[in-house]
Amino acid sequence: MTRCLSEILKRSQPWLRARFLPSLTVALLTTLATRADEVRIQLVSAITNENAKAQVALIDQLSTSTNSIVAQTLTTWRQGGVYIYEFSDDKKTPFFADTVTDADGKVRGIQISNGEPVRDASGQVVLFAPSELTAADTTSGLRKAIKTSLDILALSNPNPNVRRDSAAKLGLEQNPVYLNGFRAHLESEKNPEVRKALQEAIAITDLVSSEKSIQLTALKTLDDLRSVMGLDAVMKLETASKEKIPELSAEAAIARRHIQQHIAFSNFLGTLFRGLSLGSVLLIAAIGLAITFGLMGIINMAHGEMIMIGAYSAYVMQNIFLKAFGPGAAAFNWYFVAALPFSFLTAGLIGMLLERSVIRFLYKRPLESLLATWGVSLVLQQTMRVIFGAANVQVDSPAWLSGNVNYQDVVLAYNRIFVVVFAVGIVLFTWLLLTKTSLGLQVRALMQNRQMAACMGVRADRVNMATFAFGSGLAGMAGACLSQIGNIGPSLGQSHIVDCFMVVVLGGVGNLQGTVSAALGIGVTDQVLQPHLGAVMGKITVLTAIILFLQWRPAGIFATRGRGLEG
Amino acid sequence: MKRTLPKAQLVGLTIGFFFVLVVMPLLNLLPATHPLYISTFTLSLYGKYLCYAILALSVDLLWGYTGLLSLGQCLFFSLGGYAMGMYLMLKIGTRGQYHTELPDFMVFLEFAKRFPETGGLPPHWIPFRNFPFAAAAVIVVPALVALIFGVLAFRSRIKGVYFSILTQALTYAACLMFFRNDFTFGGNNGLTDFKDILGFDLNSAATRRGLLIATGLLLLATFWVCHWLTTTRFGKIQRAIRDSENRVLFSGYATENFKLFIFVVSAVIAGLGGALFVPQAGIINPSEMATDKSLEAVVWVAVGGRGTLVGPIIGAVVVNWLKSVATHSAPEYWLYILGGLFIVMTLFFPKGLIGIPGQYRAWRQRRNPPAS
Repeated sequence: MTRCLSEILKRSQPWLRARFLPSLTVALLTTLATRADEVRIQLVSAITNENAKAQVALIDQLSTSTNSIVAQTLTTWRQGGVYIYEFSDDKKTPFFADTVTDADGKVRGIQISNGEPVRDASGQVVLFAPSELTAADTTSGLRKAIKTSLDILALSNPNPNVRRDSAAKLGLEQNPVYLNGFRAHLESEKNPEVRKALQEAIAITDLVSSEKSIQLTALKTLDDLRSVMGLDAVMKLETASKEKIPELSAEAAIARRHIQQHIAFSNFLGTLFRGLSLGSVLLIAAIGLAITFGLMGIINMAHGEMIMIGAYSAYVMQNIFLKAFGPGAAAFNWYFVAALPFSFLTAGLIGMLLERSVIRFLYKRPLESLLATWGVSLVLQQTMRVIFGAANVQVDSPAWLSGNVNYQDVVLAYNRIFVVVFAVGIVLFTWLLLTKTSLGLQVRALMQNRQMAACMGVRADRVNMATFAFGSGLAGMAGACLSQIGNIGPSLGQSHIVDCFMVVVLGGVGNLQGTVSAALGIGVTDQVLQPHLGAVMGKITVLTAIILFLQWRPAGIFATRGRGLEG
Repeated sequence: MKRTLPKAQLVGLTIGFFFVLVVMPLLNLLPATHPLYISTFTLSLYGKYLCYAILALSVDLLWGYTGLLSLGQCLFFSLGGYAMGMYLMLKIGTRGQYHTELPDFMVFLEFAKRFPETGGLPPHWIPFRNFPFAAAAVIVVPALVALIFGVLAFRSRIKGVYFSILTQALTYAACLMFFRNDFTFGGNNGLTDFKDILGFDLNSAATRRGLLIATGLLLLATFWVCHWLTTTRFGKIQRAIRDSENRVLFSGYATENFKLFIFVVSAVIAGLGGALFVPQAGIINPSEMATDKSLEAVVWVAVGGRGTLVGPIIGAVVVNWLKSVATHSAPEYWLYILGGLFIVMTLFFPKGLIGIPGQYRAWRQRRNPPAS
């Protein structure tokens, strides 16, 4: 794929030797260099060399260095951040611009050769205005060479993900010159994922070997590893060797089939997981509504805004932690643990206020509760817009929620896994509250027969207030949870409210199992449809399917059976 | 009409219609420097208010008289609007940005590749060149959508809150659909940049006057039809369904059919309102059928007074006038005002503006009970 640099070098050597012997000598000398200043000298000569081919050769050699200055310089150079200063005697020195600018907007230059500021002949520090900086030229061939060197350097990067990606990328080039590097790294590598990537890289590169036995072993390895990365190379080999070496082709076909089966399986797992995680998001968002709507009969259009308030509470908590501990502090990672109860309390409190001031007058007029709460939702949205601004705000995930694991080639993001676990927790919590506590008993009693329960001494007023506050608090927690997987803006609630109502209506009013199965059902269906229909059409199909489903079961999946006419 | 409409409402209505149908167009004819001159912009603004009043009447017919709170009424309004918009779009001809027979957005979205056999115009657009067809579509399309959805919804006895939520889901789904570019209705930007209607230049004051008068007449006709409908036996059953559907059902009436009929009628009314809205607003896009627009239409009815026919008209005009004023002078407070209106009207004035005098009289009576 990419140009094979070493071969170009090999081929061009006689010509190079004739005309550019001095620079090659420098290159050969510096190959042995391990000390930092010698690496610096090599870098300088690579940048200032006049001949592009020699430059490529020098860059190629730099890729074996372990010094971090190499990667830093090459990256900056490629992006045009390395500049040239010409002394009065025609000598040149490359430098970076310092990060500090003075009052006039001028910067000092940091020389690559020694890390010291650039000084002119009189020993005075030279200051550069942005317009005076002349970038070191790079041609596209040079940039490509730098890229490859950086990839090879990345194999020794301290970050295992970078190592893994670089091994994968270099392996796909199927260039035998990398083989020794791969093997050397494989011996010292501890991380299982990087090891797997290196093994795959070696096997993929071995596929283009000229010896059949090596190719067969490579196929076997790729087959055993179920290497998704190697699929293209295996298929190429299968067609290429069809005529000449049929048995190789047959082996390749077997490996291909196994890998394809594996891909199908991991796609299935991936869809399932994404569906589960979307379903969990819906469930978390809708469970508060299932309580206020399902159990109390209040159409709370401001439910989405309770979610939004929870999300903003998480944002506020994050800022408090940032202020108290400073960014990057270990304690900052715990802000989310504090944000969850904080969101619950904030949203719960606002919910309680809402119930006391508006909703309690509307228990007998459900349609009007819809209108009044929509008014409340507008007011809340505008309030948030005034306080936090109309633009989205950013909540940083704590370290233990960012990142992902790779299981069977399915990438499972930690925050998605957290959402699923959280959904399970929240459902369990709600179920326990409704079935095992006296408040839950009273709530269910009120739901079944308001007057009768009141006659039996249930203080309807208080229970209503507590239930509504609890439902709103759950919505708040949902908001905190959603802040980890998406943007937070004043219209966050609006984007969830229709989905939430769909979940509750589909599940059947007044029971948790309905809400759970509806949320998961919608989530998985949506994710199954999405690859075929696209995001929007998938959503529309789901909405239509819900309307049609209600034809068959008008009261939802789990309808509460009763003999009442208006039930 | 006199028999059931209170005298005060009748007088107010007559003055209102006289003002819109005669006085405003006449004042527009005055020279621009005259202190009483009404600009063409204001004319169209009031034209839009009247279209909204038609929409409000359709909401009221469902909610106020039949107890069906539809949160998707703007869908029918927009469908009517789109049908008219398609006709207007095709009338632009070669005067668009690209100077082709094809509407601009179709050139821009490279429809020529998708529909090569018609030169880029999607086949379902072709008959909209014909005004009578477009006018028929304004009525038929909303009616058909309402019929299909209504059959599904009423057959499975979806009622009350569930009906509201499902209508909201319906308009939400439609809104998502219309936002898509490949749905052939202009996507995000919708249909706009119209030039003329039936040969009359849309930018001329005379056409605008004509449109205002037409809207006023349509509103009057809608009002009359609604009034007639609600005072017949049918109207009685309609209100009986609102108050106790099961009793009506057990008395031997197929309430489903009654509800379906009124749902379709109100969809047609909303569609007609939308059709006259588009030439006056100059644009129709999917945000017009967003869920919050339909809810806004419900506010107009709630503010004016549901279950009356004058109320929704007053509500639509007053709230929209307020919106124009507020979004102009204090945009950040508009949502507070609208939200506050919702809360205050539902909590304290369930009968709306129209009901305030009655509420006041009842309050007076409670305070000073007549000596018996």
